Formats: sequence, C-alpha cells, structure tokens
Amino acid sequence: MATASVSGSRKNELWRCLGEVNDPELDEPITEMGFVERAEVTSDGSVDIDFRLPTYWCSPNFAFLMLDGVRKALDQLSWSPAYRVKLHDHMFAEEVNRGMEAGKTFGDIFAELAEDQDLGALRETFRMKAFKRRQEAVLRGLRQQGLTDREILEMDLPVYDVAGFEPGEAAKQKPRYRAALLERFPDRRAYDPVFVTWDGERIPPTALTGYLGELRGVRINMEFNGALCRGLKQTRYKELDVVDGEPTLVDFIMDRVPARAAPTA
Amino acid sequence: MFRTPEGKDIFVVDGHTHFWDGSPENQKNIHGKQFIECFYAYHTGLSPKDQLWEKSKFEKYSADDLYRDLFIDGPDDVAIVQSTYLKDFYKNGFNTIERNAEVAKRYPQRFIVNGAFDPRDGEKALEYIHFLKETYDVKGVKMYTAEWNGASKGWKLTDPDAYKCFELCDKLGIRNIHVHKGPTIIPLSKDAFDVHDVDHAATDFQNLNWIVEHCGLPRLDDFCWIATQETNVYGGLAVALPFIHSRPRYFGEVIAELLFWIGPEKILFGSDYAIWTPRWLVEKFWAYQIPEDIAAERGVQLTDEIKEKILGLNAARLYNIDIEAKKKALASSPFSIAAE
Repeated sequence: MATASVSGSRKNELWRCLGEVNDPELDEPITEMGFVERAEVTSDGSVDIDFRLPTYWCSPNFAFLMLDGVRKALDQLSWSPAYRVKLHDHMFAEEVNRGMEAGKTFGDIFAELAEDQDLGALRETFRMKAFKRRQEAVLRGLRQQGLTDREILEMDLPVYDVAGFEPGEAAKQKPRYRAALLERFPDRRAYDPVFVTWDGERIPPTALTGYLGELRGVRINMEFNGALCRGLKQTRYKELDVVDGEPTLVDFIMDRVPARAAPTA
Repeated sequence: MFRTPEGKDIFVVDGHTHFWDGSPENQKNIHGKQFIECFYAYHTGLSPKDQLWEKSKFEKYSADDLYRDLFIDGPDDVAIVQSTYLKDFYKNGFNTIERNAEVAKRYPQRFIVNGAFDPRDGEKALEYIHFLKETYDVKGVKMYTAEWNGASKGWKLTDPDAYKCFELCDKLGIRNIHVHKGPTIIPLSKDAFDVHDVDHAATDFQNLNWIVEHCGLPRLDDFCWIATQETNVYGGLAVALPFIHSRPRYFGEVIAELLFWIGPEKILFGSDYAIWTPRWLVEKFWAYQIPEDIAAERGVQLTDEIKEKILGLNAARLYNIDIEAKKKALASSPFSIAAE
C-alpha cells in the first residue's frame, strides 16, 4: 500500500512539474497541448517520457527549448530519478535520441542542428511575447469589469492581487502575468504600477487603446500557431490509433462509427 | 458564381488552388509522406466535419473532383491554379505546371495557370521562365521560398539570383508574384517564411504585384506593416479564412487588422483547394460579420461591397479579367463531367 501511494504521489509530482513547462512559441503548457504522450514512474523510481510534437516539421529550436524545459523540470523532482526522454516522429528525432543516449547535453545536440541560431535571443523573444500576451488578457479583463484606463494603469501589486475575474482568459492569465512581471522585473517595488511595457515604461491612460492594439497583434500571431498546432496534434494522435480494418480517423471525426453492439453471447 | 441569399450574383476568383499528386506512389521519401500528411492535418483540423475527405482521396483526387468542387458544387468562376514542384519530395513533382495545364485544358475559360521557378537553378531558371512564358503564357508565378533544393533549405526574394529572375518576369510581363509566406513548416536556422524580403523586392520591382499568400501568418503584424508601405503588396486569405468556422472571433480579429492596415482593395480570396473546398468558405464568408467590439476598436466593417471585392473584383483587376466578357464566355461553355 505504501508503495502504491508513493508511486501515485510521484506521478502527480511529475505531471505537476511537466505542467510548468510551456511551449515557448504559444505560451501554453506542454501538458495542455498534449505534447507529453506518456510520463511514467517505473518501479525503481526512474522516469520515462515520450514527447511528440504536432508535426514532423516543427522547428528544431522550439523542440529544443521545450526538451530543455522538460529536463529542468525533471531535475527538480524530489527523488532525483534517472530519466529517459524520447522525441517521436520529428525530422530530427533520430539525431536527438541518439545524442541523448550517448549522454550528450541538449545544448550539444542542438548546437550541431541549429547552426548559427542564438537560442538565448530566441528565448528572450518568446519571454517578451508571453509577457505581452498575458498582459493583454488581464488588461482587457479589467476594462470589461468597467475600470477606467487610469484606474487600471495606476494599479499596484497589492491591488492587482485582490482583483477577481469570472472564469475565462483573464482569470487564467492573471497569475501567469504576475509571474512574468516578477521574472522580468525582479527588483520592482510592491507599489510600482503593475502594467508597464516590456521595457519597463509606464503607459499613459490616453495611450492604452493604441498599446492594446499592438498587444493584439502579438496575440494574433501566437493564437494562429496555437490553433494550428492543436489541430495538427489532434489529427496526428488519431492517426496513430488507426489499425488495419478498423475505422479510420475520418470515420471517427464524422461520427460514422456505430456504437458498439451489446454482446450477443 | 455565388448567389447570395438575397439573390445577388457575386463573381468569384479563387486565388489559390492546387491539383496535386501526393499519393504514396509519387512520394520520393519520408519528407513527401510527411508533407502531404501535414496538409491533411490542416484539412482535418480546420474543416467542418461534413466536409472531410478520406485520406486516399486527399492524397490524389481526380480532375472531375476538382471541376465539381470548384465550379459545379462550388462557387468559383475562375480558379488560379498554382504550381509547387517539390521535386526533392515527389518523383513527378507535387503539382507541376504540366499537370496543372493538363487539368485546365478542358475548360480553359475557367483557369489561370501559374508557373513556378527556383532562382537557385541560376541560368536554368532564366531559361525556364522563358519556357513558361512561351509554352503557357503565364501571367503569374508561385514562389515557395522554403522549398528544398539539394543542400539548400530555403532562399530569399532578395537573393541576387532571384532578382535576375524577377527582372526577366518584369520584362516578359509576368506581373503577379505569389509568395508563400505562411505557417512555419520547414525552418531550420534560417526562417524561409520571414516576410521582410517582400518589402525590399516590392520596392525594387514596382511593376510587379506581390501577393503574400496566407498574409504572412503567423507574422501578420510584419505583413501588415509592409503591405501598408508598399502599394504593390497584396494579401491572400488562404489558411486564414477557414478559421471562420472553427474560431470565428479569431477570424474577425485577423480580417479587422487587414482591413484597418491594408484596406479592402488588397485582400484576395483563396480556398487553398484541396486543403479546403470553396463552397463552405464563401457561404460562411458572405454571412460573416466582424464582432462589434473588434469592429469598433479598429473602426472597420466587412460590408457586402467589401466582400465582393475580396471574393473576386480585386483578383480580376490583377489578372485583367473583364468580368462581363468572362460571364458571357462561361455561360457558353457548360460542364460535362462523369456522374458521381
């Protein structure tokens, strides 16, 4: 019994840690996007992860950033397990998996694949986009609650923390924006305004509408990727289920698969 | 022709269609297999359920399927059929101009067949452009800057070899350059779908029209910025439009941005057939209104007049289609295809 409960709580901890890893391009947890196909804690405590992206073509750099995030999450597990992470059906899956088996770091593996791309700069770009997307959702949520632009832009962290939202995008992004803000400005003071630009500048109330337009542009691009990725991922998963002679993907999507008949015997 | 619920006839030019062969028999390697699977996933991901195709049909559909889906069941009056060779992925190419010209031959009034070339072929590319003009009298070409060619995984419109090709296009009167700038599918360190090269090429070739397919999504802001500066840059709606079904509010945000920045004269309808079929797209587009809060924030409306421009008038202008003459010609050239 004790073993079962240990393994159950380890599994919970594992998924919780993986849920902290975001797709950098979409700013959504990899677990919600369904990229973690399997995450198991074996009887000796070691961890097995199967990771699958929406398409064979997904950018290797993005794959790297996610796998690197997974690695960091696994390093934080309380029982410090050995782990194995396998990337499936990607144009560079073989190189990545071979490299990992040979004990190379992700950095070494991708340095060979990514040529001159500066991953640090890429990471910074994605951090900026995530900051803006989260900020936009909260700003729009506060406007919808009827707060004036001045009230919103004068808000400090204690006031921000007690603001409540109906379930929805603003509620979802509120803690995530807080995290992004503190990560971006670790030295900020509690009574500094919560809503500033990525460069730390204050936003005058008269400029908020224009500023929101700019943030919307960032989100439109991210949402486009997110929606495509979800669609592609969904399709890919269903295709994996196809077995010769069994209903195909299209049958399932079109609801042509009859309900299973009651056993006759 | 699309007849609106109010009984008005709308002339439709489908700016982006394909007649491909992605079948396993034609696939050269794993990349060919994955490429058509990626397209199929777009199809299943964004189509209404009742519009889904079996995979084998999607991989290779017949000429009759195409005529029916575009012109008989579908609302297209004229379809621009684009060529995408992908000869590194497919034995006979994915949709070459030979294949497209063959399907167009039966109903020449209905098709505009566009060519394609690869500037990395150097002198051969220039010879090929001459061949395209002389053999097919092309009015436009489709550029696929992410296409692989040997060791190269992509190219830019501003490459010196590309400029030589565009100079020749200008000289021969091949005026419409469709550029695939869309979802990231084949990037390595170089992002072949980045839109900034369009800016330079459009400035340097003012006689040419630059139609950015997929509006550069997911780089809509970059695209809007460039298309606002350059009078000869247009946006093709293929891939953006299907969101009208699965995420209508999101489509509203995209079309509002486009109307606000580049205006109603520079947006072109395209189904991207056979990824999507034009009938449901046009029906939904005609019925669509931008959500009020988005329209108010951007100060734009998607009126019937604007829809008519997007569905056909804008493309007709770029391709010198005399709409009244074309309607007469189409009326006297009925279809005969195999019964289903």
